[in-house]
Amino acid sequence: MSNRNYDELKETARRIRVDVIKAIHEAGSGHPGGSLSATDILTALYFDEMNIDPKNPKMEGRDKFVLSKGHAVPALYATLAERGFYDPEEMMSLRKIGSHFQGHPNMHKVPGIEMSTGSLGQGFSVAVGMATAGKIDGNPGRVYALCGDGELQEGIIWEAALSAAHRKLDNLTMIVDWNGLQIDGKVDDVKRVTPISSKLQSFGWHVIDVDGHSFPELLAALDEAKTVQGQPTAIIAKTHKGHGVSFMEDQAGWHGKAPNDEQFEQAMKELGGVQ
Amino acid sequence: MADIKKIATREAYGEFLVEEGARRPELVVMDADLSGSTKTKNFAKAYPERFVNCGISEQDLYAEATGIALSGHVVCASTFAMFAAGRAYEIIRNSIGYTGANVKICATHAGITVGEDGASHQTFEDLALMREIPGMTVLCPADAVSAKKLLAEAVDFEGPAYIRLGRSGVPVLYSEEQAEAIQIGKGTELKDGKDVTIIATGILVADAMEAAKTLEAEGISARVIDMHTIKPIDEDIIIKAAKETGAIVTAEEHSVIGGLGSAVAEVVVQKAPCKVKMVGQKDTFGESGKPAELLEKYGMTAKDIAEAAKEILK
Repeated sequence: MSNRNYDELKETARRIRVDVIKAIHEAGSGHPGGSLSATDILTALYFDEMNIDPKNPKMEGRDKFVLSKGHAVPALYATLAERGFYDPEEMMSLRKIGSHFQGHPNMHKVPGIEMSTGSLGQGFSVAVGMATAGKIDGNPGRVYALCGDGELQEGIIWEAALSAAHRKLDNLTMIVDWNGLQIDGKVDDVKRVTPISSKLQSFGWHVIDVDGHSFPELLAALDEAKTVQGQPTAIIAKTHKGHGVSFMEDQAGWHGKAPNDEQFEQAMKELGGVQ
Repeated sequence: MADIKKIATREAYGEFLVEEGARRPELVVMDADLSGSTKTKNFAKAYPERFVNCGISEQDLYAEATGIALSGHVVCASTFAMFAAGRAYEIIRNSIGYTGANVKICATHAGITVGEDGASHQTFEDLALMREIPGMTVLCPADAVSAKKLLAEAVDFEGPAYIRLGRSGVPVLYSEEQAEAIQIGKGTELKDGKDVTIIATGILVADAMEAAKTLEAEGISARVIDMHTIKPIDEDIIIKAAKETGAIVTAEEHSVIGGLGSAVAEVVVQKAPCKVKMVGQKDTFGESGKPAELLEKYGMTAKDIAEAAKEILK
């Protein structure tokens, strides 16, 4: 669509990345790598694709998003904040005792979170359940699930992938944040999941490969998913872990570690954030 | 006993689903390729548009059940107890339990009376696993009539529940009127007594009644309580029994580690110390055999209950 302002989306994603790094630095722990690789995907979903209302998070017929890779929740908190669900300052209590902003998503504590996740694979299967309910109810809302590529090593992912294809859930879009890294190193070294696209195709899915940091590609893929009939769609988004902060980029070591003060300053400089 | 009608609690579940499906349009029923055995097939025939078969994928079954429940449905999701509470434990804990989703885990073929299928299918751990989960209601009906009442109560409240059902026929103990009085969280006193209290759950409630008769003939007055709700456990009825009879025998078709016996002991030791003996599966796996043979071999019969009562009174 020609009226889309990709520069504005980029600017929104930049602000989200700033909030992510600030919150994780403030918390002293968290998962910056997978949050930053997912940021552009979340921005595309929440600022262009999804039918949601920050003033009415439980709106009937809304689209639903499940963060199956729950450890990337700082990116989701920051996205929801930017989208107007709450003030970004609120999420600076991330991971602190008594905070609503838990280390992994809790649907009862933060508005806009549709499912409590953290244990990998489950969120995706829950999303398949939501899409199934959508079909039973004739609900117009679509369901989106974001998975990590390492997460695809979980068996439940493939159980649920079979279910979704078997039930022809064309109201479901899975997005894989394919950053190629997991805690212990490269996904290819720990336990290879590639080729992802042909695997999912053979499971009966419509698959679209995109650059996960390109808004034109992400939005075109999300558009295409809505035209697919009788099949769920998977968008395989090639990303870089830690994208936007040079020293975190493509480093497995930044999966679950907070930046120290010096690294924080450097990150803020690169992201153009105000400290 | 030949004149006593025997019906499996899973049969009652199958009937309940069809009746409830008519009353409750938001009811969705799910299964994992065992719909003929769990009796969800009855519902699948009556309401195919509200039946979801996940195939042989128990983890997917309970995570999907969460997604359907969070979309405004009450979901009864069934498979064998071994694969519900066992295989899908962490899904039930993190997806259903943590969100408080309105999923009723209706698990059939619990305990040793699975019979010939043997140890891989005989679970003695499910009550222990399920009662550990915060907010989980845990039910274990004694017969077909009370099972229907407990199921009706379970789908009536918003939140997760585990309902333990059996494969084999068990004597009908309750009349419809008696069953009406059953409430989740309140043990049912089936017989009064003053020397000892037998607190039983599930299929061993019938054996507890038989044991009480045997004891009565020997001059021992035994109270019998059907503890159909393992969680929240009825503390009052346990404390009353401990204080009034001074001795408690628990009986369950489940491990003596972590189930009814443990739940009763937790109350007794903290609130009203008295002697407790536990009848149940002793920290061992089962094997193939006929249900009655297995119950005898593994010490879960009326005779075992009566002996435990006599021993505790020595």
